[in-house]
Amino acid sequence: MAGVTAIDGRGGWPREALDRLTAGDAVELTGRVLTLRDASAARLAKAIGAGEPLPVPLDGQILYAVGPSPAKPGQVVGSAGPTTTARMARYLPALFSAGVRAIIGKGELHGDEAAPFAAHGALYLAAVGGLGALLARRITAASVVAYDDLGPEALFAFDIDAFPAVVIIDREGRNYHETARAAWRRV
Amino acid sequence: MSVRDLDVAVLRDAVARLLVEANYVIPPDVLAALRAAAAREASPLARQTLEHLVRNYEIAAVERVPVCQDSGVTVVFLETGQDVHWVGGSVAQAVDDGIRAGTTQGYLRTSVIGDPTRRLKMLGEPAGVLHVDLVPGDRVRLTVASKGFGGENMSALRMLVPADGMAGVADVVVDTVDRAGANACPPVIVGVGIGGTFETAAALAKKAVFRPLTERNRRPDLAAFEQELLERVNRLGIGAQGFGGTETALAVNVEVHPTHIAGLPVAVNLGCHSTRRMTVEL
Repeated sequence: MAGVTAIDGRGGWPREALDRLTAGDAVELTGRVLTLRDASAARLAKAIGAGEPLPVPLDGQILYAVGPSPAKPGQVVGSAGPTTTARMARYLPALFSAGVRAIIGKGELHGDEAAPFAAHGALYLAAVGGLGALLARRITAASVVAYDDLGPEALFAFDIDAFPAVVIIDREGRNYHETARAAWRRV
Repeated sequence: MSVRDLDVAVLRDAVARLLVEANYVIPPDVLAALRAAAAREASPLARQTLEHLVRNYEIAAVERVPVCQDSGVTVVFLETGQDVHWVGGSVAQAVDDGIRAGTTQGYLRTSVIGDPTRRLKMLGEPAGVLHVDLVPGDRVRLTVASKGFGGENMSALRMLVPADGMAGVADVVVDTVDRAGANACPPVIVGVGIGGTFETAAALAKKAVFRPLTERNRRPDLAAFEQELLERVNRLGIGAQGFGGTETALAVNVEVHPTHIAGLPVAVNLGCHSTRRMTVEL
C-alpha cells in the first residue's frame, strides 16, 4: 500500500491537491466538512432545484455522510462513522452543481450513481463503516449549522483532524471498488 | 410444576442494560474473528482496515461509547418458560420502555421512526422488534441485539422451488453477498434461513446472524454447508469495506425449518462486522 496523502483544508479545501488524487489513494483530511444524511440531502437538493437560498454555502465544500450519536458529557461528538452513500445518490447532481467538491461516505456507487462525480470533477472518498468510536476522536469541533429539527440528520459542521479515508472515485471516473474487487475475485 | 412470578420491571431493566453494553462492547467471538481475519488478510489496505476495526472496538469498550453511530433497530429475542407468570404490567411495554431507557442512558442514536410510510420523526410504539418463543420450564433467556441497516438494506428473501435444490440456495447466498459488496460493511456475518414459510425463513436468518460465531450448525451436513458457503463468499474478493481482499465474511450461519413439498424458501440476512448482541438468563 502506498503512503498516506495529507490534505490540509484549513484555509479552504485545496483544489489542486484534491485534483491530483487517484482512486485507491489513502488520505488524511484536516479542515472543515459539512454533514449529510437522507433527510438533509433531500432538503438541500430541493432548495438548489428551486433556486432558494441555502442555509450554508456549498461551494468548495466536502460533505460527510454521517448521522452521529449524541455526545456524552465532555465529548465533542458521539460516535460518527460514515453511512451508505448510495441512498443519497439521486441528490448528488444537485449538490455538485452547487459547488460541492467531494463526498465522504461508505459503500459502493456504480453506473448512474457514480457518473455525476466525473461529470462534475468531484471525488468520492470512503471512510470505514463501523469505525464510529475511532473516527470521533478525529473530530475536534462539531456544531449544528442548519436543519436542527432533523435531530441526528441535522446539518453539522465538523472540524476534522487527520481523518482517514480512501479515494474511491477520482476525477477521471476510475472506481476503486470495481478494480479492487475484480483484482481479488477468485470465482 | 409451580409457577414462577417475574416482574416485568426486571425485564425492562435488563433490556436497557444489555442494549447499552451490547453497543459499547463487541462480543468476544466477533472480536476474535476480526483479529483472525486481520492476520489472514492478504491485501494490505484491507488488513489495515481490519486492524482499524479492532482498534475501534478497543476504544469503544474502554471509553464506553457506541462502537457505531448506527445503533440500529433493537431486536429482542425473549425465550420465556411456559411456567413463568409475568406480573406488574405488559411484557411488550416493558421491552419498549427498556429500549427507550437504554437508548437515552447509553447516548445511543434514536434511529427508529414511528411511521415508515410518512417518515414521521415522532417516537412510536413499539420502539424495536420483539421475538417471543415459549419454551418449557420456568427460565427466561433474553438476548438484546442491535441491527444496523447497512446490512439490513442489502438482505434478501427468495422463494425457490424444490428443483433449485441446495445448489440454488447456495447461489442465492453468494449472490446476495456479492450484490451487497461494500454496502453491508464487510467483513459480514451471513445469516441464512432455509424452509418454513415466507416469514419463518426471514426470522431464521435473523436468528442465524446473531448466533455466536464459535457455534456451527449441529447437523454435520449443514455445518459442512456453512463452511462451503464461507469459502465461496470469501472468494468473491470484496474484502473489508469492499477495498478488495480475502476476508469478506467472518461466518455463514445456517438455520433450517421443515417446509412445504412445493417450496424452498431461503432468506439471507447480512450482519455488518459490528454485530452487537448480549444474552442473559433471568
